[in-house]
Amino acid sequence: MSVVGIEARPTREGEPLNAPGLRADERRERVALLGLSVPALLLVTIVLLVPLAWLVALSFVGADGQLSWENYERLLARKSYRRILETTFIVSALTTALCVLLGYPLAYFLSQLPTRLANLCLITVLLPFWTSLLVRTYAWLVLLQRRGLINEWAIGAGLLEEPLKLVHNLSGTLIGMVHIMLPFLVLPLYSSMKAIDRDCVRAAASLGATPAHAFRTVFLPLSAPGLVAGSLMVFVLCLGFYVTPAVLGGGKVILVSMKIASNIELFVNWGAASALGVVLLLITAFVLWVASRFVRLDQLSGGSHR
Amino acid sequence: MTPWWKRPASDTQITHGQRLWLYAFAALVMVLLVVPTLIVIPMSFSDSQYLEFPPESWSLRWYRHYFGSEEWMSATLTSLQAAFLTMLVATPIGVLAAYGLHASRLRAAGFVLTLLITPMMVPLILVAVGAFYVYARMNILYTLGGLVMAHAMLALPLVMIVTGAALKSYDMNQELAARSLGAPRWKAFLTVTVPQIRFALVTAALLAFLTSFDEVVVAMFISGGDNATLTRNMFNALRDQIDPTIAAISTVMIVITSTLMVLAQLFGKSSTER
Repeated sequence: MSVVGIEARPTREGEPLNAPGLRADERRERVALLGLSVPALLLVTIVLLVPLAWLVALSFVGADGQLSWENYERLLARKSYRRILETTFIVSALTTALCVLLGYPLAYFLSQLPTRLANLCLITVLLPFWTSLLVRTYAWLVLLQRRGLINEWAIGAGLLEEPLKLVHNLSGTLIGMVHIMLPFLVLPLYSSMKAIDRDCVRAAASLGATPAHAFRTVFLPLSAPGLVAGSLMVFVLCLGFYVTPAVLGGGKVILVSMKIASNIELFVNWGAASALGVVLLLITAFVLWVASRFVRLDQLSGGSHR
Repeated sequence: MTPWWKRPASDTQITHGQRLWLYAFAALVMVLLVVPTLIVIPMSFSDSQYLEFPPESWSLRWYRHYFGSEEWMSATLTSLQAAFLTMLVATPIGVLAAYGLHASRLRAAGFVLTLLITPMMVPLILVAVGAFYVYARMNILYTLGGLVMAHAMLALPLVMIVTGAALKSYDMNQELAARSLGAPRWKAFLTVTVPQIRFALVTAALLAFLTSFDEVVVAMFISGGDNATLTRNMFNALRDQIDPTIAAISTVMIVITSTLMVLAQLFGKSSTER
């Protein structure tokens, strides 16, 4: 029987007779190994994929329980929804821009230091990265409020007559979000800068480039992929950000995530919330797809915990 | 001898003096990163009703208030329980999946990996809202089990990334050697592979713990009642008024988080040095 079994399998010329059997064994083992990920897949399916699919389905159900486009039509028709989408884009773009402005020089500075010193300085980036974002948001609330530290200090030092309104508005939201997001930009950017071959810059200098010229024409382009990937990551995280804008925006700056939450908590309007959720999901997926052209997604996070 | 500011600072012969602005700017950004993170610590020891810095008189009243409050204590206990259970669920599931995908090398493995990393990419508010909807129908809203499931799902990508990175630098032929000497695959994994990637496994477990402990948005929607988490109660307290008790709680959280992260880093270091 077994001899017939082996003969029945196709053998390539010149290979031992048991080779097809070994190949089949290997294939079986690989499939079994893939099976080890079944518990993880089950968990992700139950707690993430099924709920998301449900949300997508809900977004196509109208108030009368019939299939309809009305939830999406409302998104387009109502000015308030368009404003919220606009605000979300503007706040995310501004936060990303400010992060680049503050983060690129810092990452560059860190990448130029000797490793031991750089690791020491990196603690200043990692410490806020690890600290709960709720704690950091609370700290900014304390710092920025009307009778908060910054206003009291500025008035005490004679810089201000009247306390500035720093929180529960756009500026408070931006300050808090930039502080939370900065490590998400600096960490991947730093590691991509570390990977740049220093000989390239050295070669430019030896060929007569001034330091500024060597930076502009050699270092900056080489660091661009890391910069683009990091900024897109920050942008995506901002699009769905909830905690910090909800606390520091004080209801004046309404982002998509906050509208989704209030649609459910206050108005129990699942149709509107789910349609907005689908839009958020699609935009996020699109930006991530663009980011994945520059860098592998599992390397983007640097071990994040939002 | 040339003074330090005229010495070259890099390969382009730019001097430290020409780079002073960069040093000053980077130092400023680093201060802006650290100070707001740590400022709640001194303020939590203030004796005053209002948060002030530096505090005029010191006291432990806000800590007494925190540790004396039944509500805060019950929330803290819930958070610690949820974090511990999340660690127990997410670590083995994530390690198994990472190992399977690493060893199988089928083309489908790449696809499965992407699928299992997605929880990290989906906006948390959608995870929260979706879980809220489904849990309400499954009747597991506001239960510890439901919360742990959601948090374990969020922790999976981290566990898998850390484990996957360790496996990449591990020589799988050692397992092959064990198996050729008669060990079954599971035994080769447990006695040969696991001891060599143990530091990464500890790091993964700690990260899973922290993912749950720090998580706010999902907990806001699907935890509540007796099973409300610390972060959920803190968030609600933040929206209403500024209670200095939060500063005391924040300090406790910073201590817990940084202790665990320093441990994780130490374990991570020793795993790369091997």
